[in-house]
Amino acid sequence: MYHRVIHITDYIYEVPVSLCHNIVRLIPRSTNKQFCKKSVVSINPEPDVLLEYEDFYGNRLVYFTIEKEHKKLSVRVTSEIEKLSPSNEQLPQNNRITWEEVCRLTSTITPELTEVKQFIAATPMTMADEAIVAYAITSFTPGRSLFEASKNLMQRIFADFKFQSGFTTISTPLSLVMKERKGVCQDFAHLAIACLRSMGLPARYMSGYIETIPPPGVEKLVGVDASHAWFAVYIPGAGWVDFDPTNNLLPSDQHITIGWGRDYADITPLRGVIMSSGRHELKVSVDVRRLS
Amino acid sequence: MISNIRSGSILQHYLSNQYSYDEMLGKDGNLRPHWEAFFNSFNQLGDGEIGSRNTEISRLLKENGVTYNIYGDSRVLNRDWNVDAIPFLISKEEWEKAEAALKQRAELLNLLLQDIYGEQKLIKNGIVPLELIYNHAGFLRQCAGIKLPGKHSLVLYSADMARSPDGKLWIISDRTQAPSGSGYALENRTVMTRVLPELFSGLKVRHLSPYFDTLNNSLNELGARHHQNPRIVILTPGPGNETYFEHSYLSSHLGYTLVQGNDLMVKHNFVWLKTLGGLEKVDVIIRRIDDIYCDPLELKADSQLGVAGLLQVIRSGNVSIANPPGSSILENPGLMPFLQHISKHFFGTDLLMPTIASWWCGQPKELKYVLNNIQSLVIKKIFRGTSRSTSIDGGSLSANQLNELKLQISKYPFMYVGQEKIGLSSTPSLVDGKIEPRKTIFRSFLVSNGDSYTAMAGGLSRTSSDALNFIVSNQSGGHSKDTWIISPEPGNSSAIPKKYQERIHAASNGILPSNTAENLFWVGRYTERLLGNARFHRTVIQSITQGNRLMTDNDIKTEQNLLKALTHYTFTYPGFVEDEEGEENDNEEKLKNPWPELRDILFNEERAGSLKYDFLLFIKAVHAVRDHWSIDTWRVLRGMEEAWSSVKDILKPGHLKMQHVLDSLITSVVAFIGLNRESISREQGWLMLDMGRKIEQCLLLSSMLRATLVNKYDDEVDYNLQEALLISNECLVNFRYKYRSLLQLPLVLELMIFDPNNPRSLVYQLDRLKKNLGNLPKVMGDQTILPHDILIAEAYSLLKHTDKEKLSLLDKEAAQHIKLDDFLSKMYELLSGIQSAISKTYFIHAQSQKQLFSTSQSDEDPAE
Repeated sequence: MYHRVIHITDYIYEVPVSLCHNIVRLIPRSTNKQFCKKSVVSINPEPDVLLEYEDFYGNRLVYFTIEKEHKKLSVRVTSEIEKLSPSNEQLPQNNRITWEEVCRLTSTITPELTEVKQFIAATPMTMADEAIVAYAITSFTPGRSLFEASKNLMQRIFADFKFQSGFTTISTPLSLVMKERKGVCQDFAHLAIACLRSMGLPARYMSGYIETIPPPGVEKLVGVDASHAWFAVYIPGAGWVDFDPTNNLLPSDQHITIGWGRDYADITPLRGVIMSSGRHELKVSVDVRRLS
Repeated sequence: MISNIRSGSILQHYLSNQYSYDEMLGKDGNLRPHWEAFFNSFNQLGDGEIGSRNTEISRLLKENGVTYNIYGDSRVLNRDWNVDAIPFLISKEEWEKAEAALKQRAELLNLLLQDIYGEQKLIKNGIVPLELIYNHAGFLRQCAGIKLPGKHSLVLYSADMARSPDGKLWIISDRTQAPSGSGYALENRTVMTRVLPELFSGLKVRHLSPYFDTLNNSLNELGARHHQNPRIVILTPGPGNETYFEHSYLSSHLGYTLVQGNDLMVKHNFVWLKTLGGLEKVDVIIRRIDDIYCDPLELKADSQLGVAGLLQVIRSGNVSIANPPGSSILENPGLMPFLQHISKHFFGTDLLMPTIASWWCGQPKELKYVLNNIQSLVIKKIFRGTSRSTSIDGGSLSANQLNELKLQISKYPFMYVGQEKIGLSSTPSLVDGKIEPRKTIFRSFLVSNGDSYTAMAGGLSRTSSDALNFIVSNQSGGHSKDTWIISPEPGNSSAIPKKYQERIHAASNGILPSNTAENLFWVGRYTERLLGNARFHRTVIQSITQGNRLMTDNDIKTEQNLLKALTHYTFTYPGFVEDEEGEENDNEEKLKNPWPELRDILFNEERAGSLKYDFLLFIKAVHAVRDHWSIDTWRVLRGMEEAWSSVKDILKPGHLKMQHVLDSLITSVVAFIGLNRESISREQGWLMLDMGRKIEQCLLLSSMLRATLVNKYDDEVDYNLQEALLISNECLVNFRYKYRSLLQLPLVLELMIFDPNNPRSLVYQLDRLKKNLGNLPKVMGDQTILPHDILIAEAYSLLKHTDKEKLSLLDKEAAQHIKLDDFLSKMYELLSGIQSAISKTYFIHAQSQKQLFSTSQSDEDPAE
């Protein structure tokens, strides 16, 4: 199955900008569940410096500068992704390892776990306060498999929290999300990660897209698909397993991964610094389309 | 007790602490050999002489402007630096061992740093726990893969050392990201050799210069791959930083340009210095800002101290930076217990110098030990964070605090380290003329020489503020000491080679960062503002005191008009002026008894426009470009600061005292201007300073003319006001000499506005301004006429189209010189325009870095 993603970001500046530096983390990486066939980043105006490399987590990123005056900046990323279907023996549903066992395992040192262990410690965006710890414990009952516990956590967040855009920003503390029980996908991902990490378990933040499917008979509009975020848990034997608490489902065909990090700050889609005193306006459109 | 030395009275107060090691006295109570050598020299000076030399040290340090800033104290901008007349001594034999150990440790930390940001073998092999590195805020994932060319990534290394009760030297902490103190160590030595040259004669004291030579060589070596004659800059957080003195001191000493983040920019994957003449490529950066502030694009997004894109340039190898960002990972007390293993791993040998016993709580056994022995330990976090003081003495806590701490440790064990409490050794210190024992710690400095490390043969010692106090830091007070590596046998150490005694003013190389340019411009402006305000105040006060004697109507009117003019001139409304809407205010009251208001606009530092307020702005600007002032200039500045810090106390009644304060301020400011004229070379920096002065003089003169001459009063009052104007501008003598007549408006205007030979006239300032602007580099490429050129041309045309007679005409009601008012307000507007045009053209850093807000999922709809 193939998808094409077109992600357009436009910045419109009130006052011309003489210099800008940017980092784009929007090129989908290839994993065991998807293959990124191609990804083209086109930037307007033409960048003066353009470098592509991998970050610490292996995410693909693009750094560019524009060193002449401009009033508008447009970044358009077009990617083609093939979804791969996992082989049957790897199905996490069949993995019975308990969460306590995983805690014990990850407190030992093996080369395989080095990569995983860095996702256990809380980060400023995934700090668990007492309320969050208490919320987590309900899902982690003694002897429960890590898969079941994580799934239960996902279901509870879906049921207990209201999706409300505009209530939170990227700097809203997680404790407020917990208290008010509302937020958006990145808040829910951060919350689940904070819960898992407070139990001593490795969890990472996933950045990507989700394809929207119009009701039968209605033609799909362009640009209505969204940037999306969810979380993944490391289950020994099954690897990293994705959970989407915003939609209460185990990501499969509809989800396309860009990359991951410890939290949003590690995989911010676009970061930039401009030399300017004026204000700017931002327009984003995402279109995910099934090719076959 | 003290056998070998005639126990001069000076040593009688030295009661050694029996339980801890004493630097000076051996177990038998005799002086240790190197101290004996020292006291042979010291005692020859005699008690009285020591006292006066000690005073001389303080005086010299003050004059040199040596300061250490304290965070969180905005009022006291700079705190004086203290140096003890008795140095900290380390014998040659002991130093040789310590030096070898320090070099080994620097090599070790360098390999560790390269491994952490490279292959991470130590983590993969289980020699260093992952949690200890990955949970440290100084582990910057963005810096993975960054490595300087050559053998060493860790170019600069510094260690704090202390002596334990059994007499052994220990390393108590490592400084690896932007080690400070070497400049203070150098200044301490410079002052000691100047004030106490006799102490050095007959003793072999090692020089500090090889360290600085190596530093200079290594940095040039680093830059050589970019440019044959590399440009090296010191990147400072700015004048508010605690060790700003040192940044500026090292920059003049080593001849590197001192810059702040907004002086630099990244373009075409290179780092550029913004100067008055355009962009200049930077090859090497000595970093004195913390890691995470280096680059707002990839690190701390709201940092205004760094340069956007800097990490990319470092990655590309187009700039070298010492030390590279990410190196604060090594400032990690949790690493201490692992260093021995790491040493075995890399070198196959033991550490030459033990580290202080430490238990990292990330391991179960160690955690248990720390929790059980918490009261006898010092608890530290693995990184210092922003609070800076993260050491907790377990023994000093209440039961509740202990429980709270234990809870925190159990919750985040990998964040904590327990360390053995060590007794610090006592060393003789001169306290109020007596020699007393004080606790000491010592900071040593090492720099890579490409192949190995070179250690400074000396360092910075700091002593506690009382005999028993455990905590030694510059933040909490205490003294510093020069540190001598000394042989017990006699010999001669010449003082520092001559080139190190001089402050080399090569820092600019004729190149002026635009930030510095702007600061100099403002020093110029504040200088004139201070002088103008002080002179006008003095004139008004003198006039009032004379008026009080005579008490005629016209005297009262003169007085009242002068007071109102003073309010207009200093922008301290409402002051003596009635409200425009004619509403009631207390200006009548103030005019009857002007002293409280006068005092307020002189000395109230909270009030914008007051003389004290202007004074503080002036001092702040002066300190921001501190390496531009000569030693003599510093003496004048110090005198002013001292006079004004005590000014509140002499405030009570007398106008005489107020006049006295003003007189001495005026003398000092004039001396400051004169000294600058004598000592600053006529390059871009001078042009900026002078332009600032000229602009301010024009603005001040226009507003004073307007405030005193526009309204028409009784002839006698007019005469008095004209006289006050001339006195305040130091032009009365000129007037009498030139015109030999009584004052009259057209002549006054001719002298103050149109006379090209009067150094205080408006046209004179304009001429100078125009000349200076013509001498600045052309930055706008082909554009030959700059915006300020046009405005200056307009100002000249305004002058040309009028004359003294026209300006002296009265309006219909014969109440105002309306043409004069019109002329002055237009002139003022043009001058303000010129000032902002200059800013836009030359102070290009004024455009600040700003974070783009990024795509945020929160703006979008849920996926369904």
